[in-house]
Formats: sequence, structure tokens, C-alpha cells
Amino acid sequence: MQEKRSMSLSAKRRAGNIASYVVLILISIIWIIPFVFLVLQSFRCESQGLTGYVMPQQWGINNYAYLFGWDMVNNCASNCNFLQWYLNTFIIAVCVAVGQTIMQIMMAYALSRFRFRLRKPLMNLMLILGMFPGFLTMIVLYQVLHTLGLTGDNAVPGLIIVSIASSGMGYYVVKGFLDTMPKSLDEAAMVDGATRFQVFYKVILPLCKPIIIYTVLTAFMGPWGDFIFARTIALGSQTGMNVATGLYSWLSAANISTHFTYFCAGGVIVAIPVIVLFLFLQKYYVEGVTGGAVKG
Amino acid sequence: MIAEITGLDYLKLKKGQRFAYKFKRFFSLIPTFFKNLGIKIGLFFKNLGLGIYHWFKDLVLTFIHGDWKTKVSYIIMGFGSIARGQILRGILFLGFEILFIVYMIMWGGYHLGKLGSLGMYYEATITNPDGSVVYGVNSFNVLLYGVLTIFFIIALIYTWNLNIKQNRINEQIIADEKRLATAKDDLRAVVDKDFHKTLLALPSIGIFIFTLLPIFFMILVAFTSYDKNHMPPMNLFGWVGFDNFSQLFTWSAGGNNFAMTFGQILLWTIVWAFFATFTNYFLGMMVAMLINKKGIKFKKLWRTILVLSIAIPQFISLLYIREMFQTDGIINNFIASLGGKPIDFWGDPWLARITVIVINIWIGIPYLMLVTTGILMNIPADLYESANIDGASPWQQYSKITLPYMLFVTGPYLLTSFTGNMNNFNVIYLLTGGGPKDINMASSANGSTDLLITWLFNLAVSNSDYKLAAVIGIMVFIVVAILSLIVYNLIPSTRNEEEFQ
Repeated sequence: MQEKRSMSLSAKRRAGNIASYVVLILISIIWIIPFVFLVLQSFRCESQGLTGYVMPQQWGINNYAYLFGWDMVNNCASNCNFLQWYLNTFIIAVCVAVGQTIMQIMMAYALSRFRFRLRKPLMNLMLILGMFPGFLTMIVLYQVLHTLGLTGDNAVPGLIIVSIASSGMGYYVVKGFLDTMPKSLDEAAMVDGATRFQVFYKVILPLCKPIIIYTVLTAFMGPWGDFIFARTIALGSQTGMNVATGLYSWLSAANISTHFTYFCAGGVIVAIPVIVLFLFLQKYYVEGVTGGAVKG
Repeated sequence: MIAEITGLDYLKLKKGQRFAYKFKRFFSLIPTFFKNLGIKIGLFFKNLGLGIYHWFKDLVLTFIHGDWKTKVSYIIMGFGSIARGQILRGILFLGFEILFIVYMIMWGGYHLGKLGSLGMYYEATITNPDGSVVYGVNSFNVLLYGVLTIFFIIALIYTWNLNIKQNRINEQIIADEKRLATAKDDLRAVVDKDFHKTLLALPSIGIFIFTLLPIFFMILVAFTSYDKNHMPPMNLFGWVGFDNFSQLFTWSAGGNNFAMTFGQILLWTIVWAFFATFTNYFLGMMVAMLINKKGIKFKKLWRTILVLSIAIPQFISLLYIREMFQTDGIINNFIASLGGKPIDFWGDPWLARITVIVINIWIGIPYLMLVTTGILMNIPADLYESANIDGASPWQQYSKITLPYMLFVTGPYLLTSFTGNMNNFNVIYLLTGGGPKDINMASSANGSTDLLITWLFNLAVSNSDYKLAAVIGIMVFIVVAILSLIVYNLIPSTRNEEEFQ
């Protein structure tokens, strides 16, 4: 009797597990399928437009060759600016990753460790500014950058400045991390005669490695998807565009029938470095995201 | 106002009564909330008045009792500091004053003077004596530099006051026969006692120039006539007061009914934010629980597969999925091969709305899965063990242990994610662009899936209707601010900073 009951229990559990596996496999398929399709279509050679089928009838790397400047059908240069866009985005991403991290850590450390008179007003001000839609500033910033000559062909430095300048407002995650670090660390170092700068540089920064990696990673990923502001500032200039703007233009009603597979190939090339980086640093990303959600 | 009851009395109530009590209590607190808000505002103005009074009193007293070095400092900033040997501080004060004077003479004075009118229409062009015509006043620049000048003046008053205070303190120190801070002390303070000022300087300047100033500018634009018919330098714009706001709230028949368009888009924005937040939240939590379940293997693999979709830039996945759902896309081809009729996902208003929410689940679940996994693991395991011993069903365990804990910890996150979804430009713009078109709406809106933020974008970029875009921006702010205020004041906040130390 006793045995029978435990049997049915374990059978029940096994059935539950099998159901869970089925659901998980289904979920995995749903999440992975768009990327599989994207990769498959990037190897299609017979046509460049949007099709209802997935499997290429004629496989080849024509689309990739096109992106890198060679038209394999006509055996001539392809006049494609993809590499230029890619380089632009890469430069922006590196600069923004460095700049944003520095800005956010400076802001977060000051707000986490110092208690000064304007601290609360400053935090409230940033909270209130954050409630305005970001696009509102776009109109003005465009005009200002235009006056400075940082639009069109020179959009890259313009984009870098705009992305870094007010990034201090996103200090929340870093501050949440710093807040969990005991203050006695700072105090002990100061008793030993260290200045606040030395405490920051020699004690706190080395301990911040996980959150620094998280900030660099998210800041680096941002510009690859930044699209609306980049498009506004680039003004259709081929040399000033980033990949998102360029690839988006290939899906316009006028271009989609001739450029869809190029879009797929471009998407694959854009996604690969980000995915590789992401998989290596996944641990830090998860830590940052979880911490950020709990501590706000 | 309903009577407060004690915890013991509350526990005696039946379930329905408890709910009724909570419900009544919530609404009875609203008047108190506004009363407290009123008191707070009153106190603020009282303190402001007192502050200004004391400030003036101190200024006058310092001038009367101060020596001649202090008195000169009222005109020439930093004079007192230099005269008393604090060369570095003195030069900084003096330098700022000179910079201010030069700025005012070169640009500030001109733009500030025109700020009242933003330039009259006949000032747009200037005819030179030789007959050539050049652009004259530019309303945009007048407004921008005018605002900048106002901020500059505030900064000068602040620095000037600092300079007076410096004199007062120094006189006191000399009277006490103590040592004045030297330039070396000042430089040391920059990396030690005042290190926070050093750290904050660059980020604050960035935020001021690239966020605060532009937002202030755009708030002012909401009160002007800046649109495609008033585009400087050809045509100037001017102040119109609340005209743009009344345009948004007046019901007018015909194609440009902004009141109806605004109402519909606001409603859909809130509906969308609600569904986008809570579908993601609960489904993401379920997926996280499924992966964390005892006996499930390859946990890391499942997680990595989901996380992959965070790594791929959103514009690629969203644009590709948009094409998959096209009438001649992969999904419809698949449906056709099964013998079904093609579905126009992006052509039908309701279908488009549902599709957008479903695709947003695809976008959001991996992120929520990550967020909730960490928190789920923090729930003490003995809670579940004792619940198991007491014979609680899985559903009871979920609704009595997991869910309350999750809601408590992630309360602030839910709020930010709700407001984030209200401004979720990417998903809507890349998938539908706001369409399908609703012909009843104002021509600047695309229609059925437009959020306030995409409408704002259309107004500003496609229609060059900057004044209305600014008004919509202010509306978005008001909605978000009210929502945040209510949530923060009525729900016990978990955001006590010092708690985490």
C-alpha cells in the first residue's frame, strides 16, 4: 500500500516534469525561430525580396559579399556603405561604453557616499527630468548640433556627445550596487590617511568590477540599436549613418523588394559580436539586471 | 474619513468585508493626500519667503559691518579674497564675473531683450543700405540663448552671494586670529573633502546642457506658435499663451479633431502599458519558476536560449518579425499551406493591437525571467517546506507566498516598467509605425496603435508641428508624474536608501 502510493507520486512528478520539458522546448523554439529564419534567409541567392518561404532555393554568400563591397552576380564593386556604417557604429559604441561608464560611476559614487546639501534636490531633479519623454529634447539638440556642424556627414561625434553628456541620469543601478557596499570600507581607509579620491580609486573601484562590466556591456549594446536619434542627426548622409539607420532604410517600401536579404545578412553581422560579448559576460549582466530591479 | 480599526479587529472581518475596508480606506486617504500636499506647498512658500528675508538681511549686515575689502567685493567679485591672500579663489570669482560681462555684451543682452517678443515678423530680414537682404532676428536662437542667459544670471547671483559669504567667513577667521585656507588647501579639498563636487561637475554640466536646458526650452515652445508655418529664419514665431493647450482640448468637427485623437491615443497608451507590463511580469515569472523547478535539467541552456534574444539588437528582431507577419510573409504563407485564409495582421486595428502586445511578450519575457529568477531564489526555502507539511497546494503556495513576496520586492520596478512601457517607442514604431491609419484621427497621427510618444515623434519629425509636440510631451510628463506620485504615496515604499547599507 505504502509502496504503491509513493510509486504514483513519483509517476506524477515524472509526468509533471515531462510536461515542463515540453513547454520549455516549445518556448525555446518560439524564441529561437526568428533568428534561424533570419540566418537562413541571409544565404538566399535567387532573389533579394521578401518571400513567404524560408529555405533558400539557391544557397550562397552573395548577400555577405555585397555588404563587404563585392557584387558577385555582376563581378564588380557593390557600392554598399555597410562597412562605413558598421565602423561608425563601432566607434560610437566604444566611446559611449567608456564615457557612459565614467559618468555613471562618478555620479553614483558621489550620491552614494557623500551627504551634501543639494543631494536630495539633485536626485529629485533627475527623477523629474527622467519623466519627460526623451524625444522632446531631440528637436533642440538637433538644432544645436546643426549649428556646431555635427550633423549629416559629421554625425558620429555628435551622436557620441549626445549619448554621453546626460548619461549621468542613469546612475540608479550603479548606486544600488554601491549602497550595498559597507561604508566601513571607506572609513577604514580614511583612518589610514587616504584622501576621498584615493578611497574611490584604490578601494572602491576595484570592488566595482562586476557593475563596471555590466555598465560597459549595456552602454556598448545601446548604440547598435539606437536608431531614431541617429537617423535624425545623420539626415540621410551615407557617411554619417549607423547600422540601424542604414538597415532600416533597406526595409522601406521602395527598397524592400531588392534589399531584404541584404538586411538579413547585415542583421546577422551586427548581431554576432554583440551575442559573443553577451554570452561571455552573461553572469555580470544577470547580476546587474537583478540588482537593478530590486534596489530600483 | 472612515474610522481606523486595530489589527485584531481587522483580522476578525470576513474576506469581503476586509476588501471593502481596504477599498474605502484607499479612497478616504485621497483627500488627506491632497491636504498634505497643500500643506507641503504652503510650507515651501513660507520657507522660501523666510529664506529670501534672511538672505537680504545678511547681505545688508555684511555690507554695514564689513571692512573696505568686503565692500569692494560687492562690485568686484573676488576682490576681498585676493586682498586677503586667497589668490586662487579670488581669480576664479573675478574670472566668472568677467566671463559673464563679456557674454552679456556679446550675446546675452541682445537675446534677453528680444525674449519678450521673440522677434517681430518684420525683423526676420534686414535690408542693408546697399540693397542686399540678410536674415535678422531668429526666434529659435532668441529663445534658446534667452533661456541660457536666464540660467547664467541665476548662476552669477549664486556665485556673487558665495563671494560675499566668503568675505564674511574670512573676516571672522581673521578676527579669531586663525589661519585662512591657502590655494594648496583648496586643491587638496578638490580630491578630499569636496571630492563629490569634483565628481559631480562633469555629469551635472552634461545634464544641464543636454537635458535640463532643452526640456526647459521645449516647455516654453508649448506656449509659442513654432510650427511649419512659423519656421525661422524665414518666418518667426511668437508667444501665444495657452492656445496650443486649448487646441488639444477643444472638440472640433472634421479631420483635425485633436481632442478626440488625444483622448483615444491616451486611452490606448494606458491600456497598452497595462497589458505590456503585466503580461510580461506574470508570464516571465512563470517561465522563471518553470526553469527553477526541482528536477528540471539543463537550466543554464534554457536560460541562455531566452537571454540570446536580449543580446540581439531590438531593431533587427523587431523589423524581421514585422516582415514575418506581413500579408505575404512567412506566417501567412504557413497559414495558407495549412489551407487557412491569410490574416492581415497589420491592417486591422484590433488585430494589430493584439499582435503588438503578443510580440512584446516575446521581447519582454527573457528580461523578466532574469529579473525574477534572482528574486525567486531569495525567498526562504523553509517557507515552502512548512507550507508543504501543512498540505498547501502549489497554487496556494504561489498565491500566499511567492506572489506577495514578489509584489513587495518588485513594486517600484513595476512602476518604472509601467511608465517605461508608456514611452516604449521602439516596439510600436518598428512594428506598426502607429498604424493602421484611423481616418477619424488628426492627420498627424497614424492611428490605432499610436502611443503618445509615437504621435509626438510624428508631430515633430514628419509634420514639423513643434508646438503641439511640446504640449504632448508635457502631457506625457503630467500623466507619468501623477501616476508615480499616487503609487509612491499610497503604497508603502520599499525604497529606503539607508536600509541596504
